Amino acid sequence: MKKFSVRDLSIRYSDDNESLRKINIEIEANAITVLFGPAGGGKSTFLRVLNRLNDLADVKTMTGEVLFNGVNILDPKLDVIDLRRKIGMVFSRPVPLPLSIYENVAYGLIMAGERNKKKLDSAVEAALRQAVLWDEVYDRLSDSGFAISGGQQQRLCLARVLALEPEVIMLDEPTSALDPVSTAKIESLLTELKEKYTIILAPHNVQQAARMADYAAFFLMGELVEFANGKDMFLMPKDKRSQDYITGRFG
Amino acid sequence: MSSLNEPRRKTRIVEGLGFSLLRLVTLVTVLPILGLVAYIIFMGAPSFSWQFLTAAPSNGMREGGILPAIIGTLYLTLGTALFSVPLGVAAGIYIAEYAQDNRLTRLIRIAIINLAGIPSVVYGLFGLGLFVLFLKFGTSILAASLTLSIMTLPVIISTTEEALRSVPNSFRVVSTSLGATRWQTIWKVILPQGLPGIITGIILGLERAAGETAPILFTGATFFLPELPTSVMDSTMALPYHIFVISTQIPGMPIKIQYGTVLVLLIFVLGMNLVATIIRSRARAKRQW
Amino acid sequence: MKENRMAPKKQIGDTVITSIIKVCGYSSILFVGLILVFLLKEGLPALKDVPITSLFSIRWYPIEGLFGILPLIFGTLLVTISATLIALPFGLGTAIFISEVAPRWIKEILKPIVEILAGIPSVVLGFIGILVIVPFFRKFLDLPTGLTAFTGAVLLGLIAIPTIVSVAEDALNTVPPGYRQAGLALGATRWQTIWGVTVPAAKTGILTAVMLGIGRALGETMAVMMVTGNAPVLPSGLNAIFEPVRTMTATIASEMGEVATGSQHYQVLFLIGILLFLLSLVINITASAVSTKQRKRAERILS
Repeated sequence: MKKFSVRDLSIRYSDDNESLRKINIEIEANAITVLFGPAGGGKSTFLRVLNRLNDLADVKTMTGEVLFNGVNILDPKLDVIDLRRKIGMVFSRPVPLPLSIYENVAYGLIMAGERNKKKLDSAVEAALRQAVLWDEVYDRLSDSGFAISGGQQQRLCLARVLALEPEVIMLDEPTSALDPVSTAKIESLLTELKEKYTIILAPHNVQQAARMADYAAFFLMGELVEFANGKDMFLMPKDKRSQDYITGRFG
Repeated sequence: MSSLNEPRRKTRIVEGLGFSLLRLVTLVTVLPILGLVAYIIFMGAPSFSWQFLTAAPSNGMREGGILPAIIGTLYLTLGTALFSVPLGVAAGIYIAEYAQDNRLTRLIRIAIINLAGIPSVVYGLFGLGLFVLFLKFGTSILAASLTLSIMTLPVIISTTEEALRSVPNSFRVVSTSLGATRWQTIWKVILPQGLPGIITGIILGLERAAGETAPILFTGATFFLPELPTSVMDSTMALPYHIFVISTQIPGMPIKIQYGTVLVLLIFVLGMNLVATIIRSRARAKRQW
Repeated sequence: MKENRMAPKKQIGDTVITSIIKVCGYSSILFVGLILVFLLKEGLPALKDVPITSLFSIRWYPIEGLFGILPLIFGTLLVTISATLIALPFGLGTAIFISEVAPRWIKEILKPIVEILAGIPSVVLGFIGILVIVPFFRKFLDLPTGLTAFTGAVLLGLIAIPTIVSVAEDALNTVPPGYRQAGLALGATRWQTIWGVTVPAAKTGILTAVMLGIGRALGETMAVMMVTGNAPVLPSGLNAIFEPVRTMTATIASEMGEVATGSQHYQVLFLIGILLFLLSLVINITASAVSTKQRKRAERILS
C-alpha cells in the first residue's frame, strides 16, 4: 500500500537557499524508506513538506501534489494540526521540551485535548516501552527531559512521537548527535517499528542508509536522482551520480 | 631585541595610562551613585518610625507621617500594572511570535520606539487631554494609572519580545511537529521559558512608573489629602509628587522628614530593582538550554 | 475531506486568543496616534489665537499674554547640550571599561550599580540637587545662586549616563570577538585594539547610545525644574550656563497646574508639548534608523 504519492513537487524558499525540483516518489507503508545524499540536497525540506512543518518557514512558491492516504495535503484548507499528529517527526539533535519526561511524552496527547489521567498514564508507559526507554526512566518520570543522556533524550523524542500513535514516523538524521551504542539502539528499534508504522529516514551517512533501507531515494541538489528498493540501490545503482556518491567519490 | 624594546615600552605606558584613565572615569561615574544612596540612607534612616510610615502628615506636612503618599503610590503602581501588563505582554507576544516582517510590523516597531522616547511630561499632557478632560475621569487614580500605563507599555513590550526571542526556535518546531497549535506552543512551552525575563521587564517598567512625577502632576496627584482615597475616581497623594512638594513648596520643612520620605521612595523603587535582578539571575542559573 | 472531520473546539479558542493578541500588538500605533491627536487638539488652537510674532518673541510672561517660547527652547538646548557633553565622556568611558577592560567580577558589580542609577527617580535627584549640589555650586563657583543651567546639566548628565552606558555597552558587546583577536594577533596592544578596532566597529551603536542619551536629557522634567532656577530669559552672554534658565518641560510642569482649561496659556503649553513630541520623534527615529541600517549591513557582510 502507498502511504504517500508525491507528484511533481517543487518548492522554493524566499532566500533561494534550498529548494526541490519536480520530485516524484511513492512511499510504501510499513517499510523504511531512506532519503540519502549530500547535505543541502533537499532531504530535510522534503520531510518538512510531508507534515507541513514548512508552514513555519519562509516559502516562496510550492507546486505539485502530495497525496497522503489519497488526500492532497498541500490543500490550504487541510487541518494541518491533525496531519501532524498522524505524521510524527524526530529531529537530528534531541530536543526535549523544557518539561518533565512524562510531560514530554504526553505532550502531543494533551495538546490534542486528552485529559484522562489514566489514559495518559498508560499511553506514556506504552510509548516509553516501545521506545525501549521505560526501564531506564520509569522511576523518574517527573525529572526534567534534559536530565537524561543524549541517547536517552533521542529515544524520549521517539517515544513522544509514538505516544500519538501516528501512521508515519519521519526521522531527520536522528543519530547524528549520538554515540555508536545509542545509534545501534535506535536502529534496531526502527527495524521493529516498521511492522506497525511507515518510516521515512534521512540517515546521516551512507552506511546507515544501506543498513536500514527497504527503499532508498538519492537526493542531490534538490533533485530526486534515483529511487529504488534498498538492495538495488546500494548493490547496483543505475545512475552514475548515485553510484559515485555511494562509493564515496563525493559527498 | 633591545631595539624593539623602546617603542614597545612606550605603547605599554600609553596603554597603562589609558586603562588608568578609563578606571578613573568609571570610578567618578560610579562612586557618586553609591555615595548618593548611602547619603540618603544615612540622612533618612533616623526619621523612620512606625508613626512616620502609618500616620498622615500634620501641621502643614511639617509633622506626622506619609502614609497617604505611600498608599497612593501603591495604588498607582497597581493600577498601572493592571492595564499595562496584560496589554504589554500580549503585544510583546504578538511581535515575537506572530508578526511577519512587513510594513505593518515596522510601523508597530516605530510606534513602540516613539512611545519609549516621548518625554514624561508630554504623557502628562496627553493624560490630561484624553483621560481627565475628554473621558471626564477628572484628576483621579484612574486617569493617572492609565497615563502611567501607556508610558510603561514600551518597556514591557520590548522586554517581553526579547525574553521570548531568546527561547530557542527548536522548541517551536518540535511542539508544532507534535500537533500543537501556535497558541498552545506559546502557552505551554515558550511563555513559561520566557517568564522570568518578562517578569523582570514588568518590574523594571513598574519601577519607573512608581517613581515618575511629571505624568501624574495634572492627571491624579494631589498636594494634600487628609484621608486615604476610597475610589479610583479620587485623586491621591503619591511619594514622588510629595517629595517635590516638600522640597520646593513648603518653607521651613524639617530636613529629617524630607530625607525620610526620599528614603521610602528609594527603598520602594530599588527594592523592585533588586527583586528583578534576583529573578533574572536565578532564571539564568536554572536554564537548561 | 476526511482529515477535516475534527476541527476541535480548541482551535476556535485559539482563533479568539490570536485575534486578541493581534489587537494588542497593534495598540502601540493607536496610542501614538491618540497622543498626537490630543496634543494637536488642545495645542493647535494656539496658532490661531496667539499671534505668531508673540510666539516667537523673546519674552515668556503669560500673565501679560506674552508667550515667547524662544527662551524656553534656548533653555532646553543649553541644558541638553551641556548635559550631553558632561555625560558623554563618563558614559562612554564607563561602557568601554565595563565591556573591554574590566575583569568579569568587576563587571558583575558595576552593571547593577549603573542600573541603580537608572532606577533612581528624577525627583530624588532633583531633591539631592536642591539640598546638596545647588549650595555646593553656589559656594564653590561663587555664584549669586546655585540654581543654574549648569546644575541642571550636571543632574541631567547623571540621568543620561545609564542610557548611554547600557546601549553603548551592548554595541561593544556585539562586536565579534574575532575582530579583537585579529587586532591583538597583529601585535596591537589591547588599548590600540580598543580604539583602532572595537570602538570603530561599534560606531553606529555608540552613536545610537548618544542619541538616546540626548533624548533622555531632552525629555527630563522634574530634576531640571527643581534646580535650574526657572527663569525664562534669553542669555546675556557666555555666562548663561551659570545663570538660571527654564526648559520647555519644566515650563509645562510648573505652569499647567495653574492655568484655566482652554485658555491661551493652556493652549501654548500644549503647543510646547507638540514641539517636544516632534523633537523626541526625530531623535528616536534617527537613532533607530541608524542602528537598523548598521544591522542590515552587518547581515549582508556576514552572510
